[in-house]
Amino acid sequence: MELAGQNPDIISARELGVVACTRCSRVWKRGTNTCGRCGHAIVSRDEKSLQRVWALWLVGLLCYVPANLYPMLQTRTLLSVQEDTIVGGAIELMHHGAVGIALIILIASVVIPIGKFLAIAFLALSVSRRSTASNHQRQILYEVVEYIGRWSMIDIFVVAIMSSLVQLNTLAAVNPGRASLFFALSVIFTMLSAQAFDSRMIWDVQSGDEGARV
Amino acid sequence: MTDARPIPLDQLIVCPQCDAVYTLQRPGVGERAVCQRCRTVLITPRRKAGLQIIAVSLAVVILIIAATVFPFLTIKAAGASNSVSILDAALAFDHGVLIFLALTTAALIIFVPLARVMLAIYVLLPIVLDRPPARGATQAFRLSEALRPWSMAEIFAIGCAVALVKISDLADVAFGPAFWMFAALVLLVVAQDNFLCRWSVWNSLDKTRTS
Repeated sequence: MELAGQNPDIISARELGVVACTRCSRVWKRGTNTCGRCGHAIVSRDEKSLQRVWALWLVGLLCYVPANLYPMLQTRTLLSVQEDTIVGGAIELMHHGAVGIALIILIASVVIPIGKFLAIAFLALSVSRRSTASNHQRQILYEVVEYIGRWSMIDIFVVAIMSSLVQLNTLAAVNPGRASLFFALSVIFTMLSAQAFDSRMIWDVQSGDEGARV
Repeated sequence: MTDARPIPLDQLIVCPQCDAVYTLQRPGVGERAVCQRCRTVLITPRRKAGLQIIAVSLAVVILIIAATVFPFLTIKAAGASNSVSILDAALAFDHGVLIFLALTTAALIIFVPLARVMLAIYVLLPIVLDRPPARGATQAFRLSEALRPWSMAEIFAIGCAVALVKISDLADVAFGPAFWMFAALVLLVVAQDNFLCRWSVWNSLDKTRTS
């Protein structure tokens, strides 16, 4: 059923009584604190990992609320001043017929961040209590979260390009709104939260290594 | 099974993602060592990878500097026009607290990618020339690896595409020379990252120091 079950001969460094550097994968005796090769700090399991994950996760979530309530972009033309939130701007684009672009914005700024909050919460919960998802599924989920998290920055870059480019004096001007700051902070904190997660814990619980639980 | 194994520690390799232990078997050129449990790629040696990476890195340094200075995009609407460089785009957030955002954006799309390729050249050049590692090479490579998720040139490129479509019904957009440089740059940054076998770099930094 699980991949680990197919390879009963695979043992973890913790079971073997050694620790490994997660940066350069060099193996050291248990109790080593700093990697002699690359200088990275070594711990067999990062016991405080989950605390940091949850703290950063919460800050990220708190920043995500104002990011959606404040305007992201202020467009000033000869006739009008328009302020758009993230979702409002995407709906506006859809009315103009740019459905593809609206979808990119919605996926990058709404689906990915919310999915990320849920996925990190699920992973953090799944290592402290038994989960029905297999180790392998959770590892893939973790890798997807780590890979895709950066792509939420797309909307910040769009705002940066538009507000520097569209500065045509009285004719039209685009300026960044307050939401851009909160949105960038939200992305940064959730990236840090995902990085704080020690993925080795995924493989501990179901391989029966009770001591590895936090 | 778990105790009294006389295998020397430098003959072991541990998957950084799932902590599985393996005895070290160096894969041949074109092969890859993959973790049996979580499928993380552990070692991917490439022939002449060092030289390729240095060449690509030099090209990236030149392109980043050029792409930052030259005009990137120009828009025209009803007689008025405006052209900006990438640095202008990064520094668009210039009101009050948004300064923080301007500095972050500039770092993510210009300075972090630039720092990473320069660190790569610094670390790899002595290795390729069979010299002892440069001073602080381990710290340099560690910093370069830590900066890896924060290098967002390719995301900025997609952001450009989205912004162009949004602007195109408002005004005419023309590409400056920097736009094409940046397009080439994104491909090179991604290629540079994929050529690099981290384990091989760490291993050569290690060997040259102890011998």
